[in-house]
Amino acid sequence: MGGLRVHGSPFSTATMRVLAVFHEKELEYDFVQVDMKSGEHKTDKFLALNPFGQVPAFEDGDIKMFESRAITQYLAHTYADRGTQLLFKEPKKMADQSVWVEVEAHHFDKVASKLAWELCLKPMFGMKTDEATAEELKGELGKVLDVYEARLSRTTFISGDAFGLADVHHAPVVHYLMSSPAKEVFVARPHVGKWAEYILSRPAWARVVALQNKE
Amino acid sequence: MATPVKVYGPAASTAVSRVLACLLEKEVQFQLINVNMSKREHKSPEYLKIQPFGQVPAFQDDSISLFESRAICRYLCEKHGNRGNKNLYGTNPLVKASIDQWIEAEAQSFNQPSSALVFQLVFAPKFKIKQDEGVIKQNEEKLSKVLDVYEKRLEESRFLAGEEFTLADLSHLPNAQYLVHATDRARGLFTEKKNVWRWWGEISGRESWKKVVDMQNAPPA
Repeated sequence: MGGLRVHGSPFSTATMRVLAVFHEKELEYDFVQVDMKSGEHKTDKFLALNPFGQVPAFEDGDIKMFESRAITQYLAHTYADRGTQLLFKEPKKMADQSVWVEVEAHHFDKVASKLAWELCLKPMFGMKTDEATAEELKGELGKVLDVYEARLSRTTFISGDAFGLADVHHAPVVHYLMSSPAKEVFVARPHVGKWAEYILSRPAWARVVALQNKE
Repeated sequence: MATPVKVYGPAASTAVSRVLACLLEKEVQFQLINVNMSKREHKSPEYLKIQPFGQVPAFQDDSISLFESRAICRYLCEKHGNRGNKNLYGTNPLVKASIDQWIEAEAQSFNQPSSALVFQLVFAPKFKIKQDEGVIKQNEEKLSKVLDVYEKRLEESRFLAGEEFTLADLSHLPNAQYLVHATDRARGLFTEKKNVWRWWGEISGRESWKKVVDMQNAPPA
């Protein structure tokens, strides 16, 4: 094994999604920081790794990939026997988790990423939060988390009865929102609040966050 | 053979038609159960039990109830690996990784601008909702940039994930079908790119997709 490489930024939620899986699977990897401030992600050299000019990009020997949720699936399957088990062997449980992987990508991320941008990332870049937009997004997030509350009252995790890939996928954006005024949207819903705190308490997640402090 | 699987939703829905295309490619028998969206059936308590976000499609077979079209497609390919088109979700992990990558590209980059345009150009006029020229222009520009990436990819590769038609290509059929037939401007986004247009001709010419389009055009029951 060797030759696992990620190109990205430790502050990018998509990059963090991949890093989280590396750490859950206890895989060693090379982290190549991409200087987004100077537009490195739009250079021809980087576009050869991710033609959409986005982070992350990933290499495993000769294999090159982009799209964080495809990379995480690849890692979870290829290194199934290492570290935390993130997939289910039983087909019904796997199909059920697959639904919630899509829910994160299509329902949660759409709203939550925009909210994290308004409340957390814009201030980091010296821009001003648009309070009206943030309030509207908080309302929309609440509706999505109502569905999550119902889910989590039947299963311990979003992935099902065990922690899995669908839970890991949420960690980056949940991390930003739980340290912002949007935290109240999560903790107002008891099962959601507990789940959010749990996924952020994983040692693997702490290692991902530590990379931000190395900046 | 097992009882036909159930798909809930109108064939006209892009997400429903994504599942129908997959079922036809895999030669899995199905029953399409209409959900009367103009009567808000998709928001009824009974329907919310099978799709908690109140959207179409929902899916049931004899062992499971699912939603999210791309999850349903993956499930069908895993469960019925040896039926119909065996290459749809790849026959080895490396091909599968490439397919997953381009399904994500569709879901994360292609879907949003193309969906917005489908709504503005096809459904808004149908439901007598005023079109927003600003939204149309903005999404045309976004979609054009995405298709620039596809144009480069399809120079090196017959289909998105490689040399075979896969779920990655199939995922694009629903939105692109509407856009190519919506307006000259929308069609132009595809025809102006040589490789994209060649790819569109191949994927939309498949028997399975033609059957889905027939279902969409069939008179209401």
